[in-house]
Amino acid sequence: MTTLKPFVAALAQRGLQAVVVALVVGLISFAMMSALPGDAAYKIAAGRYGYDMMDSAAAEAVRAELGLDRHWSAQLYSWLSALAHLDLGRSLVYGTPVIDEIRTQLGYTLLLAAGAVVASVLIAVPVGVAAGLRPDGIVDRVSLAISVFFRAIPAFALGVVLVLVFAVQLDLFPVAGFRGIEHLVLPSLTLGLGLAAVSNRVVRDSVQEAMRSEWRLFARTKGLSARLTVTRHVLRNASLPVVTYVGVQMAYLIEGVVIVESVFAWPGIGHALVHAIFGRDIAMVQGTALTLGLLYVALNLMIDLTCRGIDPRTRAA
Amino acid sequence: MFFRACAALLSAVILFSSPIHAEDRTRITVASPWEIASYDPAVAGFAIQSLEIMENLVNADEKGVLLPGLATDWSVSEDGTSWTFNLREGVKFHDGTPFDAQAAARVLNRAWQQPGVLAKTPIKAIEAGDGDLVFTLERPFAALPAVLTHATTIVPAPSAFDAEGNPVALIGTGPFKVERFTPPQSVDLLRFDGYWGEKPAIESASYLAAGRAETRALLAESGDADMVFNLDPSGFARLESVDSVEVTAVAIPRVVILKVNSGHPFFSDVKARQALSLAINRAGIATAINRFPESAATQLFPPALAGWHDPSLSPLDYDVERAKSLLADLGWTPGDDGILTKDGERFKVLLRTFPDRPELPLMAAALQDQWREVGIELEVSVASYSEIPAGHQDGTLEVALYARNYGLTPDPIGTTIQDFGIGGGDWGAMGWDNAEVANALDDIAMTADQAKRAPNIAKVAKALQDELPLLPITWYQHTAAVSADLEGVVIDPLQRTYGLSKVSWPE
Repeated sequence: MTTLKPFVAALAQRGLQAVVVALVVGLISFAMMSALPGDAAYKIAAGRYGYDMMDSAAAEAVRAELGLDRHWSAQLYSWLSALAHLDLGRSLVYGTPVIDEIRTQLGYTLLLAAGAVVASVLIAVPVGVAAGLRPDGIVDRVSLAISVFFRAIPAFALGVVLVLVFAVQLDLFPVAGFRGIEHLVLPSLTLGLGLAAVSNRVVRDSVQEAMRSEWRLFARTKGLSARLTVTRHVLRNASLPVVTYVGVQMAYLIEGVVIVESVFAWPGIGHALVHAIFGRDIAMVQGTALTLGLLYVALNLMIDLTCRGIDPRTRAA
Repeated sequence: MFFRACAALLSAVILFSSPIHAEDRTRITVASPWEIASYDPAVAGFAIQSLEIMENLVNADEKGVLLPGLATDWSVSEDGTSWTFNLREGVKFHDGTPFDAQAAARVLNRAWQQPGVLAKTPIKAIEAGDGDLVFTLERPFAALPAVLTHATTIVPAPSAFDAEGNPVALIGTGPFKVERFTPPQSVDLLRFDGYWGEKPAIESASYLAAGRAETRALLAESGDADMVFNLDPSGFARLESVDSVEVTAVAIPRVVILKVNSGHPFFSDVKARQALSLAINRAGIATAINRFPESAATQLFPPALAGWHDPSLSPLDYDVERAKSLLADLGWTPGDDGILTKDGERFKVLLRTFPDRPELPLMAAALQDQWREVGIELEVSVASYSEIPAGHQDGTLEVALYARNYGLTPDPIGTTIQDFGIGGGDWGAMGWDNAEVANALDDIAMTADQAKRAPNIAKVAKALQDELPLLPITWYQHTAAVSADLEGVVIDPLQRTYGLSKVSWPE
């Protein structure tokens, strides 16, 4: 029972956080959308009908249909009361339920984010550990130079280069699309390389620090082999900052992959959010922002629990 | 350790990835920039129609000739205000229910109430008869059958709507039915075996919306997509040297236009608009930006707009010296920095354009440069295209650059009457009224006979060329890259269809 208590407390705390996040995100996104310059009815009509069919008559029809001339408080109230019934409403541009769009796109976004994190961990951990075990050695220096290169190259350019090499020249993977596991490889690698460029340095630093520590010296003195010291003690201790950092990367990935999504024609939520903002699709923006906010809360909870699992000291506290 | 990990990763990845180019000769993949995110014909009709999921009452071939669709034939009453469309019998929707006059009347009434081509047609009522559909008009409108070829007038099944009348599914009568729809990126199609017409040779198709031109070019080059539409100039040039792909460019009735507020004191004199036009190096823009030198516009209506393009008009010129002297005639004198001034006011104007068509901001930059040579300072604002109709309505618009499609329907009268009628239009003339042009357009709208229309069309085209309420810049080319093996490909200049039901792979 004593071990469960902090766990329940953590859950309750994050649950409360979730409610606060939902309200704050809803209010802020509403306020920001209202503050954007230009007439929302024109922007929504543009998003719906395209430039060949959109004109001022269409904009006025949209204004009347959606009640955009109502006072902002009335519009906010109808969103909040719908939300209280767990209804995110319909997309103002496409007319489809917001929840349907989010369900589809969030799934693909999480898949791509997971693919990218797996790719980055598979690259960063071996490289970082190898570099951290021998700081200033050849692996450390070469990996630093390569990291700087991959950190500097824009994701868009990297994506196109990977497609040219692996899809067009070698014909190993498809250029774009999202139906099968083979479609996941190149976008994951594009994102994963960019992430690994930083995270391998985080791994390296924390391995180096662990290697320098007194407890590592103690483990060696008590007779553990160098190999066992690394696998049992060094990696466990070094992984704490790394897990936290991977969590931060995950958050970045969920919203920050718009360019990669569009290069690979991947139906992601970042892409949807950007479109919704351009099209003044307030319902879609609020729904998406809300989902992302709650996702961050869930992510933080997962990081907490993982760190708790790795580090027994936090459990005793 | 690193290299071992890399090698393991690479081999795992190769192991898991299935072969991509399985020789599946009954399937086709299409890529284009347009996303499909809605079930509503008013919003996504263009894509639904191009993929042949739903059909219109009237069809059009690639030359704009009207053909029977879900209506087998049509006729108009003596006074021109009542049209009867006889509907095809034995047509089934993808869900097996029969297509009938009630289904057609319901969706066309819905389309009429929404913004779109029907809302701009002088319709009084749309009623279902016994196997036919009757349109009652407020006044004669000869282009009604052409309007019914438009993407927003496609016919979804009754089951494609929910109880409140919201469209919730993609169910039509077309030769392809939807197998899987992942908005906004993709649709997978299966051949519909209950189709009333000739059945397609291919069994399945998949459509991918790829927003970036680079991606589309790579899809074509790798063979991942068999038909790729809308290439950028560099992708087009690159694909020309790829053997497995054939690239084509078809002239379409879309024109890049510079809209000028003729009510603005700088532009109210026709000489000012002529000077602006003379200062534009259209050949330069067509060559450097479009990379199709023949796309430089010599008049508003492009050759692709049969019956409206007038080869006898003298082409628009590029002559900087004449532009300068016209502006000098109007009292403009160059200031210290070369920018013209009159009565202490600088010749400085704001151009509105938008990035959805990537060539537009480039052309705006070229215009900025070219007009500076005659002493005009052009400021460019790249924003949402809704700023253009908004600026037309509130009168703040000075000049705007955009692309206008005069081929929305095979008969452009619907668009031209909106653009050049009295009061002008959001995407047409501004502050420019010409009663003769307006009357000629009204006459054209009521006349079906091309021979009787011709003198009026010539009058309109001449007036637009002389008075330049809009400055045409370039005519569009619709570009496509198609697998060299694919047979039966027709690139439709009206962009109504990708022609999937007509293509086939060699045996």
